[in-house]
Amino acid sequence: MLLDGALVTLKLAAVATVLGFVIGTFCAVGRNSNLRWLSALCTGYVEAIRNTPFLVQIFLVFFGLSSIGLTLSAVSVAIIALTINVGAYTGEIMRAGFNTVHAGQWEAAECLGLSRAQVYWHVVLRPAVERVYPSLTSQFILLMLASSITSQISVSELTGNANYIQGVSFRPMETFIIIGAMYFGLALLMRFAFWLIALVIFPRRRRLGTSI
Amino acid sequence: MPTFGFTHLQFLLQGALWTIALSACALLGGGLMGLIIALCRVSRFSVVSGIAWAYIQVVQGVPLLVIMFVGYFGLPALGVPVSPLMAAALSMTVWVGAYFGEFWRGAIQAVPRSQWEAAECLALTSTQRMFKVIIPQAIRSATPGTVGFMVQIVKNTSLASAVSFIDLTRAGQLINNSTFQPFLTFTVVAIIYFMLCYPLSVLSRRLEKRMARGMRGV
Repeated sequence: MLLDGALVTLKLAAVATVLGFVIGTFCAVGRNSNLRWLSALCTGYVEAIRNTPFLVQIFLVFFGLSSIGLTLSAVSVAIIALTINVGAYTGEIMRAGFNTVHAGQWEAAECLGLSRAQVYWHVVLRPAVERVYPSLTSQFILLMLASSITSQISVSELTGNANYIQGVSFRPMETFIIIGAMYFGLALLMRFAFWLIALVIFPRRRRLGTSI
Repeated sequence: MPTFGFTHLQFLLQGALWTIALSACALLGGGLMGLIIALCRVSRFSVVSGIAWAYIQVVQGVPLLVIMFVGYFGLPALGVPVSPLMAAALSMTVWVGAYFGEFWRGAIQAVPRSQWEAAECLALTSTQRMFKVIIPQAIRSATPGTVGFMVQIVKNTSLASAVSFIDLTRAGQLINNSTFQPFLTFTVVAIIYFMLCYPLSVLSRRLEKRMARGMRGV
């Protein structure tokens, strides 16, 4: 049962990581945009999410959606809330990444007549991600740990299941120490996975051993 | 069915006071814990620094919610009765201590090598060197990040609501249960949290900028 829970935790973390990365990247692009209203909107989103607790956000989504008649399963609500949350943090990190790309690169890309989207996609994105990769990794691991909070809206992930087990077995200390160890293991697993991903998507460093 | 009104707002503000109180407990306890951990981390004795390292790794690898559950359900099972406030404050202390410990270790080690050597040349004992020379300089570089982390502390006290501590989030839940106006209730809760956290975020950013300016001047 705990292993089932761990699997749900990993799934939540994986889906929210991918979606959150996409949203965060668009958000960072939006904040760098020349359109005033767009960058203000993105800034507002980031500040609002970063300055309120995740638990309140998830309650707002969970109870809020059901009160306007949209009933989703707890898991989908958890994914939506996690994505919104991590999107804001990733947005901030990616903005820092975009800012580290040398101005000459932007100008060179513009001189080649690339459109704004092409500049981001072909020129800026990969070095930016490469530079903030450690921050991204730890943010996504924090996200995995934060997914424990979704147990509060009855998602049966690792913490939720553990809470149920300690309720029926009256062995809270043992149960929570075991899942503590499991979270620790999951965090190590994610670190390893991100290291593997880095090997695949940043071939330059592997091939030439050059620093960025 | 009652609708969201002034009494509810009052109840929320009362919850906010408890959130602030718990944050203060966490800051004090966690600050003390963090200082001890940071000092242990830079200790010459590898056993001491190893234990501190393990503490940081374990606490940072486990969700705060699980730590809270250990405090609230686990301690009574071991025969230690705890109130929700006690459990929440203890868990926050453990959790904050790990992050501050790691953070302040960085600040202590970032003090230039020459300062350590100069203190030694002045024949200061290692305690004097640490408290009179190194830490005053480390505080300077650690301040912006510490203030920034206070935002995390305030936000994460919301998890204490899971161990039936009536803080701002729990107050919001209780009101939602009686009024069934989740959008309004939780939006108000979020706004109160935002008003607590945003000034800290701004302050931290400003301190960081000021630091950067100060460093350039050197």
